[in-house]
Amino acid sequence: MGQSTKRPVWSLAGDSQPLRLLAITLLIFVGFSLVLGDKFFSIRNLQSMAVQFPEFGILAFAIMITMLTGGIDLSIVGTANLSAIAAALLLTRLSGEGGAGVALELSIPLAMVAALAVASACGLLNGLLVARAGITPILATLGTSSLYTGLSYVITGGPAITTTQLAFIGNGAVAGVPIPVIVFVVLAVVFAVLLNRTAFGFNVYMLGTNLRAALFSGIDDVKVLMRAYWLAGVIAGIAGIIFLARVNSAKPEYGSSFILLTVLIAILGGIRYTGGFGTVAGLVLSVLTIQFLSTGLNMLMLELSGSSAAIFFRQFAWGGLLLAVMVVNDYVERRRQRAI
Amino acid sequence: MAKPIVRLAGIHKSFAGVRALQDVSVTLEEGTVHCLVGENGCGKSTLIKIIAGVYPRDSGTVEIGGTLYERLHPIDSIREGIQVIYQDFSLFPNLTVSENIALNEQLAAGRKFVNWAHVRRVAQDAISQLEVHLPLDARVDEMSVANKQLIAIAKALRQNARLIIMDEPTSALTEREIRTLFTVIGKLQRRGIAFLFVSHKLNEVLEISQSILVMRNGQVVSAGQVSEYDTARLIYEMTGQRIAENAYEFTPDPGQPALLRVRGLAVPGVLQDVSFALQAHEIVGVTGLLGSGRTELALALFGMLPMTAGDIEIDGKPAQIRSVQDAIAHGIGYVPEDRLTEGLFLEQSIGRNVVVRTIETLRGRLGLTDPLQVQRQIRDWVTSLRIKTADPDLPVKTLSGGNQQRVVVAKWLASRPHLMILNGPTVGVDIGSKNELHELIKRLARAGMGLLVISDDIPELLQTCNRILLMRNGTIVEEILPRQTNENALAAKLIED
Repeated sequence: MGQSTKRPVWSLAGDSQPLRLLAITLLIFVGFSLVLGDKFFSIRNLQSMAVQFPEFGILAFAIMITMLTGGIDLSIVGTANLSAIAAALLLTRLSGEGGAGVALELSIPLAMVAALAVASACGLLNGLLVARAGITPILATLGTSSLYTGLSYVITGGPAITTTQLAFIGNGAVAGVPIPVIVFVVLAVVFAVLLNRTAFGFNVYMLGTNLRAALFSGIDDVKVLMRAYWLAGVIAGIAGIIFLARVNSAKPEYGSSFILLTVLIAILGGIRYTGGFGTVAGLVLSVLTIQFLSTGLNMLMLELSGSSAAIFFRQFAWGGLLLAVMVVNDYVERRRQRAI
Repeated sequence: MAKPIVRLAGIHKSFAGVRALQDVSVTLEEGTVHCLVGENGCGKSTLIKIIAGVYPRDSGTVEIGGTLYERLHPIDSIREGIQVIYQDFSLFPNLTVSENIALNEQLAAGRKFVNWAHVRRVAQDAISQLEVHLPLDARVDEMSVANKQLIAIAKALRQNARLIIMDEPTSALTEREIRTLFTVIGKLQRRGIAFLFVSHKLNEVLEISQSILVMRNGQVVSAGQVSEYDTARLIYEMTGQRIAENAYEFTPDPGQPALLRVRGLAVPGVLQDVSFALQAHEIVGVTGLLGSGRTELALALFGMLPMTAGDIEIDGKPAQIRSVQDAIAHGIGYVPEDRLTEGLFLEQSIGRNVVVRTIETLRGRLGLTDPLQVQRQIRDWVTSLRIKTADPDLPVKTLSGGNQQRVVVAKWLASRPHLMILNGPTVGVDIGSKNELHELIKRLARAGMGLLVISDDIPELLQTCNRILLMRNGTIVEEILPRQTNENALAAKLIED
């Protein structure tokens, strides 16, 4: 017992996943650096990777919180795009060419509030469907995903809404660190505190482990689930603002590959898809690993084939990796079970 | 002397250096009911798994049906007619009774098309051997636990069982169902089938078996004919110590309002006109057959089943209980019937299971959870309830049944309830822990808590409760005082219609 008192209560006994993942992350990084030389291991490439990963990295937190409850939110990309469209619309109408001429100091915060309000509404609708109506999360959010994306098409009529007024966020940096990275880091810290140091976080883990036992322990499942899906929506909204800031336009079908990617990140990061287990450290390492892999594989394919077919290979690689990680996790888990 | 089916000699087995079995020699003969008793962790399940071929032994000899096995595989064991019926019965809940009984062999025969007439015939044949009635076309998940068990036995018979090993077969059965099971076992036994029974219910052990094996710390410490044993000797052999329990004495304090008063409580279809009162310091037993409403009463009081009529008073004041949160706010705690699915978060740590009720209150700076307070509370409860673990960070599923139950109790005690409802508090718990849980219940009552103990374990009711309420068809039909009855009289009342 003497030793255990030093360890925080939150450390999940026997859960070596973050450490194992740290080793894998470093291995991949060092591996690509050796193979590709300074093409990969250079300030320029590091910077270019740093502006890429926050987009899907932030979305991964939305997947994480819902997965920890034992569910999933497939509507996060739809939510992000709808929020981005809301912000872009407001910005162009208020301060764009031929707009109302409102000062950017006012219209930008307003646009962000609008994006987060839309995202909140999306998240709450998911929460209602899952927690109140009791619909299986994967089906409920598959439905709302289509709903939100469809709404985006209705609003925009198809084409993207272009606005460069948030570019200072997308391309900006503070002390050399890109703003999207700062947003990602802040979210990671907030999440770590939320999950490890609040009753809500604790209840998410418990409810995700065993819903029935949670009910019998007096955990208010509706409240916890509503909050989790609402939070996922808000995070997707933040991701939507980052989308808009990075590409200077909002469109209904942006980032459609991010769903599979964020699920892959969560699984690779040790978030158990049946709920109840997973750490922020694991998720962050997983985001980095995926970015290294993405960039490294691209460069490697380009070098080997000289063509841009690499982009198609990546899709294949993500699918394969997701399946491989699940098989390995399952195997490791079963061996662990047998050891106990 | 009957022919031996299984003969083990000098079996040793260790897991990662921990000795699970030490020099175990066992002979199981045909047509005999053998009972294997011992506290949790004494090596019973390891022994069963060696006989079933699931674990290889480290040393010793295994002889089954006259053949010596160098390495016994599960398939060898099954071919020799050894069938293990685990507590979950390993049935397919979504298939029908006949499919469960007969589909196995159709698959094993490599048939691509199922001959349904044959399936039904085979299943009917197996069931009629048991001389019971089971609906062949009903889905298994619609069957009671007792019927599922009979289906598992019928399935075992179809696989030419010569030795049927049953793990805690009576723990989820009512008195009457236990009678049926025992009759079936008796019939099969006369046909030469051997049984190995693992049970914690000692009076049943003494009733059904002819031969007894007692294990302690990985060794067979005592073995012999049932006539050589009584309950006291069994407990002594299992624990290595003499345990005696005293009944709980309660003197009512007329000045106090009842801690809980229930009047005319009803839940459509399950409860009607239930009225009773419970004082502080009281331990009131609630008993009845499965389906008598005993669990539903607990669920209604805990806010899980909405009541349509009736008044509840707590400490003399009217109380509305519409949700679990309401019940908790009124100081009610509930230790559920099914520890594994309702009481515990099995995969989570012991510590997290202990603080799940109180995590909101263990806050420090900025309103954030304070790890030090959390640690302290976990340590306090692990110590005071003597939860045996190397490390509270381990998953709660690593604990034995008795220790798991203590975790569930600790979870509730941490939130300081005034009234605890315990549903089957010692089901699947070994004798030593059972005794300690009973002492704990009495200690809590002496300290001023009111306790409602739901149980069909008659000795348990008589030893811990100062009053027993008998339920039948959703209502309380009789109040019984332990000192005015005995085990047999109460057992008879339980099953009478």
